[in-house]
Amino acid sequence: MISPGVYIARHMQVMLATLGEMIRSPMSNLMTIAVMGIALALPTGLHVILKNVQQVTAQWDGAAQISLFLKPTVTDKQADQLATILRQRQDIKTVTRITRNQALEEFRQNSGFGEALEALEDNPFPAVIVVYPTSQSDNLLTVQTMLASFKQRPEVELAQLDMQWLKRLYAIMDFGRRGIWVLAAMLSLSVLLVVGNTIRLAIQNRREEIEVIKLIGGTDAFIRRPFLYTGFWYGLSGGVLSWLLVNLSILLLGGPVSQLATLYDSNYSLSTLDFLGSLILLGVSILLGLAGSWIAVSRHLHAIEPE
Amino acid sequence: MIEFHNVSKRYPGSCDALSQVSFKLSSGELAFLTGHSGAGKSTLLKLIAVLIRPTNGQVLINNENIGHINRRRIPYVRRNVGIIFQDHKLLFDRTVFDNVALPLVISGVPHREIGRRVRASLDKVGLLNKEKSLPITLSGGQQQRVGIARAVVNKPPILLADEPTGNLDPELSREIMDLFEQFQQVGVSVLIASHDLDLIGQMGHKVLTLNEGRMTAGGMHNEPQGGLR
Repeated sequence: MISPGVYIARHMQVMLATLGEMIRSPMSNLMTIAVMGIALALPTGLHVILKNVQQVTAQWDGAAQISLFLKPTVTDKQADQLATILRQRQDIKTVTRITRNQALEEFRQNSGFGEALEALEDNPFPAVIVVYPTSQSDNLLTVQTMLASFKQRPEVELAQLDMQWLKRLYAIMDFGRRGIWVLAAMLSLSVLLVVGNTIRLAIQNRREEIEVIKLIGGTDAFIRRPFLYTGFWYGLSGGVLSWLLVNLSILLLGGPVSQLATLYDSNYSLSTLDFLGSLILLGVSILLGLAGSWIAVSRHLHAIEPE
Repeated sequence: MIEFHNVSKRYPGSCDALSQVSFKLSSGELAFLTGHSGAGKSTLLKLIAVLIRPTNGQVLINNENIGHINRRRIPYVRRNVGIIFQDHKLLFDRTVFDNVALPLVISGVPHREIGRRVRASLDKVGLLNKEKSLPITLSGGQQQRVGIARAVVNKPPILLADEPTGNLDPELSREIMDLFEQFQQVGVSVLIASHDLDLIGQMGHKVLTLNEGRMTAGGMHNEPQGGLR
């Protein structure tokens, strides 16, 4: 039996030997690694961009406000009562009352259609109560339940959430997230095939060696080992390359983004792939490398038998 | 060590390559396997190395029937059988040392021991000074001896040789045969397929003769059908 020390030493030796072999023939290996790196960088980069968009829109969440347009029959006193009731709610931060006259005044000053209003006999504006939810309840779901409850009130003619665009953005981002998953799955498959094909060629190049090893008593595991380690190295270097590509791209985008943020009076800066994300990228890449070589080895090794 | 009991081998779509072959080779015994080409010499050797399986009968190595062993066990059987090929089957991108070391690497011999055993083996075949050479720089006879060093480095109890002197001049052939005798003397069972009848005659060992798949000399005859078990 082989002692554990010898076993580990053998693994280390094969691991380093395969690395050495890859370094000795850099061109063909670099091609494979580049294909892997780019294929993995694409979904990873999109993921980082999406994460940034999420961070930006998370800041916009505070912008949620609900406007309650009251029925014309509602008197100022009733409107005040409603505002007071709303102020007592835990999930509401502030409530602003805009009386019909205030609305008219504001419109007259800001719109430039003041004279047109003179032609009207009556004040056409409804009284409005603007509700700002607290930051705890400021998410789409809570705000929407709140909105629904306001609509039930008899005084309210129309309750409007000024967040429709945000909702659409969320939907688009959901779509984007799903798209990234689909893209990642397809590109992972292609990485698998690229590694598999490279290993298949390596197996064919070493056909004679495999035959000899089988003749003198090499087990399948022994023969498999260098190919699996080659797959491991492909995975690791492909992962590192894609990590570099993603971070380089973010670095290149960083300047314009901070300029853009300045124009919006924000000090927002692009966030990069975090530690966990980097770890996942490397892990997935290594797994794909191993899986690709495993598939190739298990498919093609049995075909090589000494005669 | 090696026992064949009524072994037959039929390749698909042809007649029997081996038919009812029975023989026994004990530890420390050297035998020649002769016969015209196509008589079944290679088939017999391949059966011992489990490169093929018998159609009928039993092939026993160390009393283990290897005719039907699990695929995963085959490498371990082959480690007990050193094989010397007519075409040497050396790896030309590796040094002589690495070629000879391969069986030890495969069976997990510790690194420090590998060097010692490889050199002992190369010393045995007289190529100690060639350990850093590539096989391509060696003569045919030297390559053959590298093949022998590789076959014996693991100290297998069985040694098979398929036409080991096929391409060598008589003097070199004799040297190679002397080597095999030395292994036999330390208890290895040696089976040499050869059609060099002159050389075989000089050496005076057991001779197994195959003729169209049947063992016409040297085997165990009149064995009841179905073998011992």
